[in-house]
Amino acid sequence: MIPSAFDYAAPNTVAEALSLLALAGDSGKLLAGGQSLIPVMKLRLADPQMVIDLGRVEGLAGVREDGDALLIGAMTPHHQVATDPLVAAYVPLLAKAAATVADPQVRHRGTFGGALVHADPAGDLPAPVLAAEATFILAGPGGERRVAAADFFQGYFTTAIAEDEILTHVRVPKYTGWGAHYEKFTRVAQQWSIVAVAAMVRVEGGTIAEARIGLTNMASTPVRATAVEQALAGAPLTRDAIAAASSHAAEGTDPASDLNGDAAYRRHLAEVLTRRAVVTAAGL
Amino acid sequence: MTTAEVGRARLRKEDAHLITGRSRYTDNITLPGMLHLAMVRSPFAHAKITSVDVAAAKSSPGVVAVLTGADVAAEQGSLPNAWPITPDQKAPAHPAIAVDEVAFAGEVVACIIARSAAAARDAVELVDVDYEGLPVVLDLEEAAKDQVLAHPGLGTNKSATWVFDSGEAGTGKPIREALDGAEVLIERTFYQQRLIPSFMEPRSTVVDPTGEQITVWSATQIPHILRLMLALTLAIPESKVRVIAPDVGGGFGGKLQVTPEEAITVLAARHTGKPCKYTETRSESLMAAHHGRAQVQRLKLSATKEGIVTGLDVSLLADMGAYLGLVTSGIPILGAFMYNSIYKFPAYRFECTNLFTNKAWTDAYRGAGRPEATFAIERMMDELAAELGLDPLQVRERNWIKHEEFPFTTVAGLEYDSGNYEAATAKALELFGYDALRAEQSRRRETKDPVQLGIGISTFTEMCGLAPSRVLGALNYGAGGWEHAQVRVLPTGNIEVVTGSSSHGQGHETAWSQLVADKLGVPFENVEVLHGDTQISQRGLDTYGSRSLTVGGMAVLAAADKVIEKAKVVAAHLMEASEDDIEFADGRFSVKGTDQSTALGEIALATFSAHNLPDGFEPNLDSDATFDPQNFSFPHGTHLAAIEVDTETGRVSIRKYVCVDDVGVVVNPLIVEGQVHGGLAQGIAQALYEEAVYDDAGTLVTGSFVDYLVPGAPDLPHYTTARTETPSTTNQLGAKGVGEAGTIASTPAIVNGVLDAVRHLGVKDIRMPCSPSRVWAALEEAKMTGGVR
Repeated sequence: MIPSAFDYAAPNTVAEALSLLALAGDSGKLLAGGQSLIPVMKLRLADPQMVIDLGRVEGLAGVREDGDALLIGAMTPHHQVATDPLVAAYVPLLAKAAATVADPQVRHRGTFGGALVHADPAGDLPAPVLAAEATFILAGPGGERRVAAADFFQGYFTTAIAEDEILTHVRVPKYTGWGAHYEKFTRVAQQWSIVAVAAMVRVEGGTIAEARIGLTNMASTPVRATAVEQALAGAPLTRDAIAAASSHAAEGTDPASDLNGDAAYRRHLAEVLTRRAVVTAAGL
Repeated sequence: MTTAEVGRARLRKEDAHLITGRSRYTDNITLPGMLHLAMVRSPFAHAKITSVDVAAAKSSPGVVAVLTGADVAAEQGSLPNAWPITPDQKAPAHPAIAVDEVAFAGEVVACIIARSAAAARDAVELVDVDYEGLPVVLDLEEAAKDQVLAHPGLGTNKSATWVFDSGEAGTGKPIREALDGAEVLIERTFYQQRLIPSFMEPRSTVVDPTGEQITVWSATQIPHILRLMLALTLAIPESKVRVIAPDVGGGFGGKLQVTPEEAITVLAARHTGKPCKYTETRSESLMAAHHGRAQVQRLKLSATKEGIVTGLDVSLLADMGAYLGLVTSGIPILGAFMYNSIYKFPAYRFECTNLFTNKAWTDAYRGAGRPEATFAIERMMDELAAELGLDPLQVRERNWIKHEEFPFTTVAGLEYDSGNYEAATAKALELFGYDALRAEQSRRRETKDPVQLGIGISTFTEMCGLAPSRVLGALNYGAGGWEHAQVRVLPTGNIEVVTGSSSHGQGHETAWSQLVADKLGVPFENVEVLHGDTQISQRGLDTYGSRSLTVGGMAVLAAADKVIEKAKVVAAHLMEASEDDIEFADGRFSVKGTDQSTALGEIALATFSAHNLPDGFEPNLDSDATFDPQNFSFPHGTHLAAIEVDTETGRVSIRKYVCVDDVGVVVNPLIVEGQVHGGLAQGIAQALYEEAVYDDAGTLVTGSFVDYLVPGAPDLPHYTTARTETPSTTNQLGAKGVGEAGTIASTPAIVNGVLDAVRHLGVKDIRMPCSPSRVWAALEEAKMTGGVR
């Protein structure tokens, strides 16, 4: 459990970090909370020559309002996302998902941005961020660039972020009047999601007006369950209607098979968990 | 003797240093000039080694030397198997560093010796090994066909076949009669998945060759056996080896081993003349420390229509893995005597075929053979009940030994000295609320609740206190089963207890102090327990098989008895009385019928000064005792589990777990409770979570705790524990042993509960671990096949 030798730098500003990153080229790696990077380095599955620690860079942690949205700093620890009053008020889905990440130690060290950039398909933040239609704010040598969540996740551990860019913030629209739930399925408490479902639902009277559903670990990237969303829009607020809509949950997914279950089981789970997530989010 | 200490729930005295960072594990040891080792391990499960190029590694910064199999071929010997179960048992040579061939992924092919752990680790990647791949055999049933051989040189995968037949042994009838005349015949095959002991402290060894003796510190359960075996394997005079087991962080049988890494560390120290340390990574531990279980169990059970069992035929395939470790071959045999469990059927046959595969070798894991046996018989009792439409408890009652029938000689030839299955079961049922849960189960079935309820039952016994030496001899085990202790009385009256039972988390320091405090009438605080260093505790057979209290503890009591006898002579002399008139109680010797008395401490001082002792009296109260048990002890209990199965996801939850264990007389209820809890966790883990999985190439897929699912506190239920106390009649304390009970009993309780929840939906069996995906697949299959097969 000893990593290969590497150089270490701890810049104080985004600009410094960017120039260090440019210098290091493809042998550089950004260190956020280190909850994924350090283990893979210790297992020697990654051996960056230069580790650039973002821990001292100012302005990257914390949650603040930005008009009709929240700006969540990339270096905000999961625990803070899970307990932040602004997140709880405007995007409770993120708070609920962040609270399910790993264990308390990881939630205090691991960061919101780090987990998103790592883009593990079984990670708990990509699907909620996708469902919430967030925007990724990236700093690069040429200045700032914004990427919609729908375009950000591109494959296993692969995102739209370029090698010379740093994720600084995630801009998440405020959701008022929406119910939310993150339904996570694991075999033991501290485990990556086998399948999880992020659901946001807006109810008007006895009808579901709108729904946003994101699926964790049902493909190489998080996916929107658009068929379910369409079936729910305008549907009566009943368990039967939700169950019928949820039967579309696996459409367009491409889940992996592993020790925790094969693809068929994951497709089945997606339906069951979508139903449960929507029922809870809708307050039934 | 007062019983102020025995039975008292004392906090463990050793915990203070263990939980405040004052612990000293092997990896904490740093010696001047110490070198660090890292192992180069085979990524292939089966291959010829065509060349090992160490040039680049040798010139890497900080590297002192690199050892290959060829370098040490003449001196490394073959790692020991101490239990050849048959005279014609086959086994491959087992070099610590592979020389010509590797037989499992993770086998050591070279060892880097460097000035720092980091330098050693860096150089691992610079060793260039050429392998020529060989076909792998991984599956037990495939291995039995002998088409692909794990060791082509052996000509077969079969190591040995061992048979017990009650007809031939004269302990019962021939099985053939029972099976042929069966009114009901149940045939099942169960799979005991491969498990990894997963002790918390990884294995670690430090060797100092610079003194007159070679000193070996190791994270081991068996310092005494390790000393002997290192001496024999590496041709070192035994007197030149000192082994110390410092604080050891768990073992569960996984550190009941003489490991390649221990031998290699000794060789490295010998080659360099410097202290050397090796500490494995968790990945190495999972891949290369020995595994457990891994059996296919084919069973036939015959019974009458009333549910009276008439015979049991057991045919096992047991996975040795690639090599035979210290007691690998004997593990299934330990189970052979337990398939009849608490039942008194008249015919029994057991046959086990030990097979080699290209996987990590197996050996003892908590329960060692007995959990497998108990699982099989308890699953079969439920299958019989289901077949006959009887309550599974009723079937057990009709077959178990009644309390008035003890001592009872079983069909497997053991004499159970005591037991009361009725009492333990009655208590468990009361705590469980059996009838109410059965009623709820019916309601859920009727309403087709997506969450179904099942009740799992396991009434078990086990043989503890390994072991009477004569029995071990009859089984061809390479050593005896005695234990040694010494009780020393210091001039101040303080007591030192030296025990051959080496604690690695069991709490011997506390329990032995309680035993001796009562026996000698001294305060608990005045007793110090010493163990785990062959220079301090010269003789011992160490800790495994729930043997410490019933064997090691009895040696301690026997030594203390000898102290009292010696002190009595001095007391009589000092008080000018006849020895026959001296009585000992509460730490004082008194003369019968007088008010004259003297304390043990005063006698200790008088013996030390030796100014006024009887003629010819050796001025020393210290006493040794070596205790060889005359029989095993037989703890038993009744475990009941209420299991919920979410039929939509396949998830299994334990709603309620009640266990009533009868472990005889208890020295420290807190330690017993801890052992039961930990045991339950590991047994439940086998039922629901853990499995060592290899891919088709023989690479361990569950190579980290991300994939090898050890349950944590949030995954386990609240346990309702209680005890009945039926003392063992074969030791002076009446104790029976508790280290493995929870592990043995809980696995079948859980699986029986899972099946009880879904049997009405057509599911008859689910392989362990009963993961959500497996339970769901079984439910789906039952739907497709239209219910009951």
